[in-house]
Amino acid sequence: MWWTRLKALIIKELLAVLRDPKGRAILIGPPIIQLLVFSYAATLEVRNVDLLVLNRDSGQWSRELVHRIDGAPTFRKITYAQSPAALHDAIDHQRVIAAVHIGPTFSRDIEAGRPADVQIILDGRRSNASQIVGGYLNQIVASLAAETPAGRKAAEASVSVVARNWFNPNLIYQWFMVPNLVASIALLIGLVVTALSIARERELGTFDQLMVSPLRTHEILIGKLAAPMLIGLFHISIYILAAVFVFGIPLRGSLALLYGSAICYLGAVVGLGLFISALSKTQQQAILGAFLFLVPAMLLSGFATPIENMPEWLQPITLINPLRYFLVIVKGVFLKDIPLSEVANNTLPLAIIALFTLSAAAWLFRRRLE
Amino acid sequence: MTNAADSHASRPEVIRLAGVTKKFGAAPPALDDITASIRGGEITGLVGPDGAGKTTLIRLMTGLMLPDAGTIEVLGFDTRTDAASIHAAIGYMPQRFGLYEDLSIQENLDLYADLRGLPKSERPAVYDELLTFTDLKRFTTRLAGNLSGGMKQKLGLACALLKKPRLLLLDEPGVGVDPISRRDLWKMVEALTSEGIGVLWSTAYLDEAEACDRVLLLNQGKLLFAGIPSELTERVAGRVFKLAGTTGRRRATLARVLDQDNVVDGVIQGEAIRIVMQDRSDPAALLTALGSSDGQIAPTSPRFEDAFVDMLGGGPGGRSKLAEATRARPADSGRPVIEARGLTKRFGDFTAAADITFDVQRGEIFGLLGPNGAGKSTTFKMLCGLLKPTLGEGRVAGFDLRRDGAEARNRLGYMAQKFSLYGDLSVAQNLAFFAGVYGLAGTQKRDRTSLMSEIFDLGPHASSNAKDLPLGLKQRLALACAVMHEPDALFLDEPTSGVDPITRREFWTHINGLVEKGITVLVTTHFMDEAEYCDRISLIDRGRSIALGTPDALKARVASPENPDPTMEDAFIALVQGANQRAAA
Repeated sequence: MWWTRLKALIIKELLAVLRDPKGRAILIGPPIIQLLVFSYAATLEVRNVDLLVLNRDSGQWSRELVHRIDGAPTFRKITYAQSPAALHDAIDHQRVIAAVHIGPTFSRDIEAGRPADVQIILDGRRSNASQIVGGYLNQIVASLAAETPAGRKAAEASVSVVARNWFNPNLIYQWFMVPNLVASIALLIGLVVTALSIARERELGTFDQLMVSPLRTHEILIGKLAAPMLIGLFHISIYILAAVFVFGIPLRGSLALLYGSAICYLGAVVGLGLFISALSKTQQQAILGAFLFLVPAMLLSGFATPIENMPEWLQPITLINPLRYFLVIVKGVFLKDIPLSEVANNTLPLAIIALFTLSAAAWLFRRRLE
Repeated sequence: MTNAADSHASRPEVIRLAGVTKKFGAAPPALDDITASIRGGEITGLVGPDGAGKTTLIRLMTGLMLPDAGTIEVLGFDTRTDAASIHAAIGYMPQRFGLYEDLSIQENLDLYADLRGLPKSERPAVYDELLTFTDLKRFTTRLAGNLSGGMKQKLGLACALLKKPRLLLLDEPGVGVDPISRRDLWKMVEALTSEGIGVLWSTAYLDEAEACDRVLLLNQGKLLFAGIPSELTERVAGRVFKLAGTTGRRRATLARVLDQDNVVDGVIQGEAIRIVMQDRSDPAALLTALGSSDGQIAPTSPRFEDAFVDMLGGGPGGRSKLAEATRARPADSGRPVIEARGLTKRFGDFTAAADITFDVQRGEIFGLLGPNGAGKSTTFKMLCGLLKPTLGEGRVAGFDLRRDGAEARNRLGYMAQKFSLYGDLSVAQNLAFFAGVYGLAGTQKRDRTSLMSEIFDLGPHASSNAKDLPLGLKQRLALACAVMHEPDALFLDEPTSGVDPITRREFWTHINGLVEKGITVLVTTHFMDEAEYCDRISLIDRGRSIALGTPDALKARVASPENPDPTMEDAFIALVQGANQRAAA
């Protein structure tokens, strides 16, 4: 008997989302946009950079340096300035992100075995990209320095560093980003679909109709949560397929572990969504509420910036963010065959958060019935 | 009103509609070739059920929308070319309270005075006049959001009158207003017409239509009638009768009356049955045909609604396939089906309902009658388990709503005021959902849903989205979902407010049939005619039940030498005023 009722409710919840043109748009639009934007457009790599060179030296070493910069794939266009004023102007108007200033005695100093200077001017307004460009330029200058007479002599005595990137040998940006997206799309869809569900019924006047049916309160809660979880799992699956077959990302770990933890993760997310929904009178309020949580949750998760970079006082807040734990699991399963123990360590907090958000949602839902 | 016809022609024409047509998308036209004129110095009623095109027509008159075909001239200006001149010369009160709820009465007036460009020097005098006129002077600092429905409408009217308009367009000013405020509002508007202002008053209440100087009757976008209300009621003159003496079994009698060939329309009116017969039919022959020996049939004065139904070709027959397919409930077991015992609900320090007590017996229709905000919805919601009472207890079919809520809810069917099924789901999916939540599965579910779609003729629409159905079909679908599980008690919240009279009759034919089979009905309404369909009603005002009895008994309580045959509305107003006086004393 209870199963008949619950089944009817879950089917209705799914139909209500799928048959509503706005609901359908939410299920199809954002996932596609997110996949395209984050995996292609919002790349953190620095490419296609324009650079300015002010070369006041006429020797071979400065020419060699300019050649090497020109040959690097990162830089798209090199322009040449004749005066410090032109250099200043180009940075000022953001025509270039960095400028290389080579002094008049550069080659002479190198030949003479004296310390030679190259000045690199970076646009601090674009701090992240400037930092990376600075790094590239340093590498190029360092490799040139190693070939100067003084550098060759020093090389015999120096320690050489060989870097190897584990899990993502070629540091392909998408290998890092697409697994992240599996977690964030589940957050977005789970949260928004749940947040809209009760608010939609309130707005359309169907909520009372539902409440006078023999469905018990916990059955309504289960039905309202099951449908968005199913939709969330569907989106996770689609994204996993896209990661493997479109982006060619290795799937090294266990899918069973991934789905197991995904259920706890979605539980935490839909609990929160239902809490927002119970609080909202209209769908508009619900959407605003969902995004009020969504944006900080993305920023405080390690999605784009490492948690370790955040100030000490801010870091503890990330501990209640379900996305933080699921990101570790998704990236682990994709790139490194994460062991069961580590999945469990990250799933346990998810389960605790889920328990908390679900009970909070149930409590608020019952309270708001009064 | 008798000389209205003579003076009418001499009054200046303020609106001229010629061949006005408006379409939205692929649906049938919202307004179809409307030609009419409205004159100054009188109240013109724009009458019709919800969805008839009233609001569309008013918006076209204001120039906020343009017609697809035809022309509209307002005060001599064409709405296509001179909308700005129209806006400066008219007052418009939209259906939804068009005021700012977070501003006080005075701030709202200031705002509208600024918007209308009323010179500062004239304001004190105008404010004084309008606040006296609307009797709002005592409340100028109160926030508009905290006003009652009637006071909001009065404030809306005051704002529309700031710069004395030559034409006043009022979109359903009577909605959400208690009968007393409604009468006040009407008197105010009448006073305006004596200054030569033309007033258009739109309404879905046919009793309001009767009081207008002239009416435009709209139905499904078509203009059915334009003229003096009495001209319309004239068409059924001598054909309206009251059948009395069939007490107790009057619903079964009504069903048989409606199946007679020469009967156009029939409704329950208190203990009697109101009948409209075809031309040149013999009422005495009707009694014979019914085989009634103790019935008395007597002519009565026709009403606007009688004529409207006659114009639409008469009401539906008296047979309810739904009732025929419903199993009869066993004879009375003695225990009331719905019990309210001292139900009280407080929200903070506001008491929405206080000590409401009544019983509803098996096979009885019980009505909660009262203006919006009086507490009838609160009482209703406590009895179907939507609200937990602060004090007191409610029972349905013997189950305590507090302890056995789910069991009680399994025994009741609920139909809300606004269409409240899932609009994005198809008709079939809605039926399947409600069958499911009431625990029907397998063949039982298939049998029940196919029976419902057969009874209510929903088959051809099975795959349409519920929200796209015409109003009448929505109503049928809502009833089908509410009775899917054969409930003992039906809870109807303003079930037919705003629907056309044919749909309303069809709906009540089913309800009457179900009641004959022993189903119990609790209905809320602010619609005075609908109250007369009930066996007993409880008048609710300011959270208290101020009177309880049969409709005829309540009317008899206020009968006086001046008004020997009061209407339900007269009774309501007299009883509420009496209760207020007692409270004040």
